[in-house]
Amino acid sequence: MTGLASALSASDLAALFAQFLLLSLLAVGGAITTAPEMHRFVVNQHGWITDAQFTASVAIAQAAPGPNVLFVAVIGWNVAGPLGALATMSGILLPSTALSLWATRWGHARRETRGVRAFTAGMAPLTLGLLLATGWVLAGPAAGHPGSMALVAATVLVMLRTQLSPIWAVAMGAVVGAAGWA
Amino acid sequence: MIDTAAPAQADARPQSLSDLFFTFNRMSLQGFGGVLAVAQRELVERERWMTREQFVETLAVSQVLPGPNIVNMSLMIGDRHFGLRGAFAALAGMLLVPLVIVLALTALYAEFASHPMVSGALRGMGAVAAGLVISTALKLSTTLRKGAMGLGLGIGFAALTFVAVALLRWPLVWLLGGLGPIAVATAWYRLGR
Repeated sequence: MTGLASALSASDLAALFAQFLLLSLLAVGGAITTAPEMHRFVVNQHGWITDAQFTASVAIAQAAPGPNVLFVAVIGWNVAGPLGALATMSGILLPSTALSLWATRWGHARRETRGVRAFTAGMAPLTLGLLLATGWVLAGPAAGHPGSMALVAATVLVMLRTQLSPIWAVAMGAVVGAAGWA
Repeated sequence: MIDTAAPAQADARPQSLSDLFFTFNRMSLQGFGGVLAVAQRELVERERWMTREQFVETLAVSQVLPGPNIVNMSLMIGDRHFGLRGAFAALAGMLLVPLVIVLALTALYAEFASHPMVSGALRGMGAVAAGLVISTALKLSTTLRKGAMGLGLGIGFAALTFVAVALLRWPLVWLLGGLGPIAVATAWYRLGR
């Protein structure tokens, strides 16, 4: 892992920033969908971090609280310290933020029109299907481990039947896993 | 599906910029393995800032746009209530503290990674995170009943999406570019009747 001093020249940092600006606009469905392209750029093309560092970056961000997009900051940090994290995070967020704000205002001003209503009504089932698919993919590593599969099922049941906050379910999962039962 | 505390109307709204910031901060800090499940619970069931239908609509739009879904959602909700300042208050709430935590973890990671209790805990948390997302999808599926598509078509499109993405592993762009227009055209036709 790189220390506080940036290992990259200013022009390399600019290239890193530019690459993530571009990826932002391609990240339909979340930043994680562009992970293969990020991997190609920082690991294969430039050799700034190793393959193992890249995989660990994604794992750390998933274990920590907060949006999954934070793995982008971890990659930047591992490439070039704080300046690297700043370059990748601002790169991945700036274009999509500008576009989101513009689109939400445009759509909200026209929310009663048939076009906008058809769009949201039409996309809603796809959104739900995608959400279920995300859960399915996340449950992938649990397949074949009875303890993990029981945890997935118990979580679904408890969340549908009670008002328990998800944080307690996560804490239970950590305890069960640390005990070696997952 | 049971309706646990889902308002028929959004009967509350954020009171101030700091209300936005701290609500999104609280949400983000509870979000292990993704914030969406927590967001649904906090925004719809606890704060009652939006209905399930509004939540799904906002999520639908943020999924079509590039960028992280939950980040796009926080921008949209913040913007709707307090304009640009609201958007950035929500965004900062979502990102600032978790960013500090994840970078601190990065610095410590090398020491933790190989410990079996730590990797076991991560596996357990991962399984729960999967269960949280699945239960959120099931809770939100009650919105299909009220959609312009009708229940049958709604379930059909949701099932097709699930099969394409979860089982066939289609790239998302294919799905949004292929099935998306068909679904929107169907909704357009039904809204006109």
